[in-house]
Amino acid sequence: MTMRHPPLSDAALGIWPAYRRDVYGILVVFAASIAGYFMFPDSLALLTRIVSIALLVLSLDLVVGFCGVATLGHAALYGIGAYAAGIVCLRAGITDPFLLVTIGAGAGAGAGLVMGAVLLRTHGLPQLVLSIAFVQLVQEGANKASAYTGGSDGLAGMMPAPIFGMFAFDLWGRSAYLFAIFLLVVVLAILAVVARSPFAMLCRGAKEDPVRVEALGVSIRPVLLRMYAISGAIAGVGGALGMLATQVVGLDGVSFELSANSLVMLALGGVGSLYGALGGTVAFMMVEHMVAAINPFHWMTVIGGLMIGVVLVAPRGLAGGLDDLQRRMFGRNSETRR
Amino acid sequence: MSAIFDVAGVTKSFGGLTVNRDVSMRFAAGDRVALIGPNGAGKTTFVNLVTGQLVPDAGRIVLAGDDITRLDTVARVTRGLVRTFQVTRLFADMTPADHVVMTILRRMGNATRILARFGGDSAANDEAYEILDALGLGDAMRRKVGEIAYGQQRLVELAIALAHRPKVLLLDEPAAGVASSDVPRIERALERLPPTLAVLMIDHDMDLVMRFAKRVAVLVAGELVFDGAPADVARDAKVREAYLGSYGHASRDA
Ligand SMILES: Nc1ncnc2c1ncn2[C@@H]1O[C@H](COP(=O)(O)OP(=O)(O)O)[C@@H](O)[C@H]1O
Ligand SMILES: [Mg+2]
Repeated sequence: MTMRHPPLSDAALGIWPAYRRDVYGILVVFAASIAGYFMFPDSLALLTRIVSIALLVLSLDLVVGFCGVATLGHAALYGIGAYAAGIVCLRAGITDPFLLVTIGAGAGAGAGLVMGAVLLRTHGLPQLVLSIAFVQLVQEGANKASAYTGGSDGLAGMMPAPIFGMFAFDLWGRSAYLFAIFLLVVVLAILAVVARSPFAMLCRGAKEDPVRVEALGVSIRPVLLRMYAISGAIAGVGGALGMLATQVVGLDGVSFELSANSLVMLALGGVGSLYGALGGTVAFMMVEHMVAAINPFHWMTVIGGLMIGVVLVAPRGLAGGLDDLQRRMFGRNSETRR
Repeated sequence: MSAIFDVAGVTKSFGGLTVNRDVSMRFAAGDRVALIGPNGAGKTTFVNLVTGQLVPDAGRIVLAGDDITRLDTVARVTRGLVRTFQVTRLFADMTPADHVVMTILRRMGNATRILARFGGDSAANDEAYEILDALGLGDAMRRKVGEIAYGQQRLVELAIALAHRPKVLLLDEPAAGVASSDVPRIERALERLPPTLAVLMIDHDMDLVMRFAKRVAVLVAGELVFDGAPADVARDAKVREAYLGSYGHASRDA
């Protein structure tokens, strides 16, 4: 390497400076998840569900935050991953958890390509409407194809094999939660690489100004479609994890409601920031859990109030708010990169 | 001299308004052509038509012997037909270095890689640094574009264009919106453009045009009324009648 000039960015300095913050971030997430294991041994099912939904919200962030797609139908990809893993487990006798997650990822990626091909034809309001139509169609399809999906009763009776043949998905949900942490860490590591790639820079560019990206000599559609496939794969992993942990797949997994909630979680945490997506999911689901226990009818009111508060105080979400707070307390940070 | 870029009979109407009528221009390697004309004459539209942002109603566009009339913008850019924008179009959250590196990666065919680190290609970094440094953006290249002066943003537009290593470069008012104290920097950058590059520059500043151009073309109400030596443009009766007669009143912007 012949550098006769100061480095243009942290990434120019080498692998460690480029990914240092990601490594720290993943370590913090890992430590917090493990702490959850010991602090809330009776709530591992809830924690596993949070991770499963967090994967959906992370995946949503890839298309909303990085590519500027407007979608209220993203749970379609999550649900398709869950159904694919569930159906294969039940019908084809494939029970290895890693294989089932891979199948969920593949189904999600395929569905992501289809959904992307549909949604990327338009943008703005028509795109939003198409996304809702898409998830409704998938849900109706799942409802009608009851021979495979169990219709409105859902799928049940899946018997995934123990992880490595040793750790069964037991009643206490310990294996499931540790498996969830493993998947989360792997997904975060993959996303750290993706998010710092030339490809992700192009997606960000396409979000801001598609005409400029084409004038740079890059076709936008194939780039965004690829991001949609990656996003679908991660949503599919989330869905497959949900199937493994609960051994149930229902129509609520492919619902408009879950799609809308995941968008609320993303907005709450901060669009475009992977750790914001995680934080938003945890905050939303914790509040949901606690308030629902106290008053099952009004938890949505509390979420609504929380959303309004976040929008007023920190319009860029929890992650953006923390960013601003840090800047206010420690002055402008000298780095120019995200 | 054989033409590197040949635009023949390009026509475009918006509704009833014909914005480009049968416009033809030829460029040889190394050409320095200025395109002038009052506001709304159709100069930007001409650039949009030949670069593929707009589809012409009629006409033929040939680049380096290939008919590119039906190719999209991306295909034209990759063949070496590059433009800058009259109103800067940059990504506010990215640095000038990011923009130029991205362009160089595109040229190398690496812009869409997923399993690579953006900014980790030292050859691309070195080249980006050289381009930006030569344009006097040494101090600004690591700051977000949204935080640097507009004059510097105009230079970033030029830096991107150079990073493409184009065959034909179309500059849409490169000095528009730049403080007059910064215009010399743009002009110096224009002087240093590769000698074999064919350049079309749109501008209103007649001093800048006269210093830069070896040839001047005049577009009035969508029609090319003059295409010849700078010394003759002021003497041309059609130009005087249609354009220069009112030049003193024409505003500088848009
Ligand atoms: N996309 C468009 N749709 C309709 N009219 C347009 C469009 N683009 C430009 N025009 C019109 O075409 C004319 C020429 O515009 P333009 O090419 O921008 O002129 P110039 O760059 O010479 O100032 C103007 O009257 C403008 O309003
Ligand atoms: Mg113009």
